[in-house]
Amino acid sequence: MSPLATALFGLAVLAGAVGLAAILTWFERRLLGVWQDRYGPNRLGPLGILQVVADMLKLLTKHDWVPPFADRVVFVFAPTAIVVAMLLGFAVVPFGEHLYLLDLNIGLLFFLGMTSLAVYSVLLGGLASNNKYALLGGLRSAAQMVSYEVFMGLSLMGVVMLTGSFSLRDIVLAQQDLWFCIPQVLGLYVFLVAGIAESHRLPFDLPEAEHELTAGFHTEYGGMKFAMFMLGEYLGLILICCMITTVFFGGWLGPWLPGPVWFALKTSLLICFFVLLRAAIPRPRYDQLMSLGWKYMLPLSLFNLVLTGAIALWLRGA
Amino acid sequence: MLALFYFAAAIALIATAMALTRANAAHGLIYLIVSLLAVAVVFFLLGAPFAAALEIVIYAGAIMVLFVFVIMMLNLGRSADEEERELLAPRYWLVPGVLAACLLVELAVISFAAPGHSAGIVVSPKAVGLSLYGPYVLAVEIASLLLLAGLVGAYHVGRRFIDRSGGNKS
Repeated sequence: MSPLATALFGLAVLAGAVGLAAILTWFERRLLGVWQDRYGPNRLGPLGILQVVADMLKLLTKHDWVPPFADRVVFVFAPTAIVVAMLLGFAVVPFGEHLYLLDLNIGLLFFLGMTSLAVYSVLLGGLASNNKYALLGGLRSAAQMVSYEVFMGLSLMGVVMLTGSFSLRDIVLAQQDLWFCIPQVLGLYVFLVAGIAESHRLPFDLPEAEHELTAGFHTEYGGMKFAMFMLGEYLGLILICCMITTVFFGGWLGPWLPGPVWFALKTSLLICFFVLLRAAIPRPRYDQLMSLGWKYMLPLSLFNLVLTGAIALWLRGA
Repeated sequence: MLALFYFAAAIALIATAMALTRANAAHGLIYLIVSLLAVAVVFFLLGAPFAAALEIVIYAGAIMVLFVFVIMMLNLGRSADEEERELLAPRYWLVPGVLAACLLVELAVISFAAPGHSAGIVVSPKAVGLSLYGPYVLAVEIASLLLLAGLVGAYHVGRRFIDRSGGNKS
């Protein structure tokens, strides 16, 4: 692609991701309504889709208030970190065989790095708020995200072993015959759970568990700064779904339809699945979350790694 | 290319200087994170993308998070900032600064004015790895046992504390 085309495509990816995240706020509520046998927002516009615009107007016109006891600079900076990090993560996602921004040979590591930088938003937001609920929320999320990052990385290493590359494009091309969700089913399971914990969505939204921590790390946030946190969370959800599609479900691969359409279809289905999880599973206690991580997820991902390595060596030797 | 390198390097230097001179620990840490990101860019420009990615994932993404974690636990207030500001007074860092500057001058002399002045042979990273996992493998294993003992000890101390406070056993 020429530099101009790349720049335009980059802008399109940015606009598409942010737009999709905005629509998701409405779509998720409608879908939750279906599963919980109620309507959800259905008044404004066709099927209620203009609810997004109404929410945006409300958030934009709210008083942009910084609490006097907060650490002003850090408080304002914190919400931007998660949005920037998540948007950067989209740079390495291959949407089609020739439709990608960057084909880094460390694509997978780049994604892991960006998700680990997103933690700062929550941490610094909680710290700068100077509020005990925000601090507790921030502390919890630091522990949660750092622990689940470990298994997130380990669960992907089986795929890297089978492909022999960190490049996401190579990973998709290696799935021509068989998607990695079959041979790497354990890896997929661990990555899925770690993905939910990393984007701290229900059932793993303990950093902001509202019945015990009011709203956790964003207790003191309102207006557009609060909206940035929400935007970052939805961007994280979309990014995780894009990564699961790319790494485990063959990315753009599929018969008849063009590649990007397949990619969009698979990603949308996964997003629906994430919303279903939110509707179906109650939130665990904080210590349950941590023991699930270290006592079950870590051994499981290590077992998957050893097993994959052994089988890969055996196949290569035979 | 060279301009990009110097730009990233300058950001790393400025961010590190700011990290050292901040009185507020959280602000210092944010500058340190920026400095690590700049170093990652430098690695990337030098043709070491893997090292750059590890710099972000491990240093900026995990170790610095633990630093922030500790700061949150300590509950530092305005008084801590005041104490820190006192410690940043010139009389504390002037002498160490001068001594470090002497070392810097010596390093510059060795590298530019009189190269090849090191005594004996130059030890490459590969040679270090070979000797660590060759003749000295036993020493490496003993050192790792020491780390393990530290880990078990820390766990033991924490466990006794939990038992005494009652409840929350997991």
